[in-house]
Amino acid sequence: MSFSFSAHNEAKFAALLPRYPHPKSLVLPCLWMAQYQEGYISQEAMAYIAHKLDVPMAHLYGVATFYTMFHLEPIAKYHIQVCKTLSCELCGKDDILKAIEEETGLKAGESNALFKVSQVECLGACGGAPMLQLNEEYHENLSVQSTKALLQGLKS
Amino acid sequence: MIQKIVSKNFNIKDSHKLEVAKANGAYESIDKAFKLKPVDLEVEISKSGLRGKGGGGASAGAKWCLVSVTNEKSYLVVNADESEPGTFKDRQILEHDPHLLIEGIILTCYAIHAHDAYIYIRGEYVAFAKRLEEAIAEAYKDGIIGQNVKDFGYRVDITVHRGAGAYICGEKSALIESLEGNRGHPRLKPHEPSPEYFFGKPTLVNNVETIATVPFIIKEGADAYRAFGTEKSPGTLLFGLSGHINNPGIYEMAFGESMQAFIDTVGGGVKNGKKLKAVIPGGASTPVLTAKEVETARLDYESMREVGSALGTGGMIVMDEDTCMVSALKNLLSFYHHESCGQCTPCREGTAWVDGIVENILSHHSKLDDIDLLSDISKTMNGKTICVFAPAVAMVIDGFISRFKEEFEAYILQSKESVNV
Repeated sequence: MSFSFSAHNEAKFAALLPRYPHPKSLVLPCLWMAQYQEGYISQEAMAYIAHKLDVPMAHLYGVATFYTMFHLEPIAKYHIQVCKTLSCELCGKDDILKAIEEETGLKAGESNALFKVSQVECLGACGGAPMLQLNEEYHENLSVQSTKALLQGLKS
Repeated sequence: MIQKIVSKNFNIKDSHKLEVAKANGAYESIDKAFKLKPVDLEVEISKSGLRGKGGGGASAGAKWCLVSVTNEKSYLVVNADESEPGTFKDRQILEHDPHLLIEGIILTCYAIHAHDAYIYIRGEYVAFAKRLEEAIAEAYKDGIIGQNVKDFGYRVDITVHRGAGAYICGEKSALIESLEGNRGHPRLKPHEPSPEYFFGKPTLVNNVETIATVPFIIKEGADAYRAFGTEKSPGTLLFGLSGHINNPGIYEMAFGESMQAFIDTVGGGVKNGKKLKAVIPGGASTPVLTAKEVETARLDYESMREVGSALGTGGMIVMDEDTCMVSALKNLLSFYHHESCGQCTPCREGTAWVDGIVENILSHHSKLDDIDLLSDISKTMNGKTICVFAPAVAMVIDGFISRFKEEFEAYILQSKESVNV
């Protein structure tokens, strides 16, 4: 298996490179591009980026494992991330988790082919608590009903 | 109570679009600024008393000066890594008035002789990053930024750089490490005030809201800004309300207002008609206040210190009379345990240890001297690490234990083990 950037990502890379004083700044942008391209960051993608930016593979692995949003393995189609920090907890995130479990059969930390359910730290939406992030979208001011309706829409 | 400076366009339809923003005064300060010398801008900001709005409250003018005096190639980095629990203000600017931020960036770049600005935005803010990118593209197309800012012969390039999920990257030196393509580990700071360094070049790191305040000060003058707030905390801040409150949200007010009045009027009081028990005043890392302390607290940096806490980001988390304080502390400690970057031993081990102890208290598996042990570990964490993450955790623990000790003791007395002590 080998990896290389799509034409779209290659163009993006070329546009970003002159923006920074050093190519190493592109480590995070490249990891993002790889993740968008394949859905996760494979070893091959990391090796490709390491070569492209002339940084050691170990460095890249260190960076990729430091940040929580990078997935080093394929992930379910829908990633449901429920905010668990104080404002959301005070406003009933446990009810939301229960609603998700009733709808998907999954507890936080579990996944199947369609869903992965996670509890995550503060997503900066405290005024809209309780809230969750579905893939890249924020859903705020949730109720048990609206959470269930959201998930039912995804299953059909 | 509401005083709109930064948030003046938030409620205007399509305020994020260039056309609408321009109709509401966007980029007017640029024409005035480029007729002045860069140092004039810096002097105006210093005179205004503008303080960093990301939580620290350091003087913005002094920080700018550290960069501009170097006379070297320099950079501006805008901190949009908003991750402090209870804080959700910068996203309002990114969502509703991105052109205000761009305007502030142009002015700040000119003042500190920088041509390249980076906006480091937290990875989860996908929608806001997109909005920002769209606004930047509009500004490029209109000749507002780029090689020749509004034909004044000054280059400003703005690049949006996405983080990928790490609270610590909100710490300015960790943010720069991340921007350089590394793990977000904070750097050791010199004893004297010093700028940050991005690939060895002096760099200014300011919060989104701080930069978004600059256009008002340049346009209307330092005195107009000083007309709001207190002498030492001049101007306004985007205050936040979340938790058990009827009207959660972001509200801009002058510094120095009463916290109780803010919660009761703007906030609409505690949810479900319950009594107030406690408020975390400015993001999770500021010590919790009791309802009694809230009665007299005023919302400026100095007053908050007097009541034994800090203003922080101004993002308040309100807790009603039924809130279990042991459980609230456990929630925060698991946050810190997860978010410690792991670089310094007292923080990496300490956050795990205190999290475990409070977990044991909560599940009735603790001993009476666990409270002393918590205090002891806090002391070990405070002042012995590279950044202020661990000292903040120590302050959080101390805030809860000193104000709600009896609740912790009640839990411990129900523990089976405590009988054997």
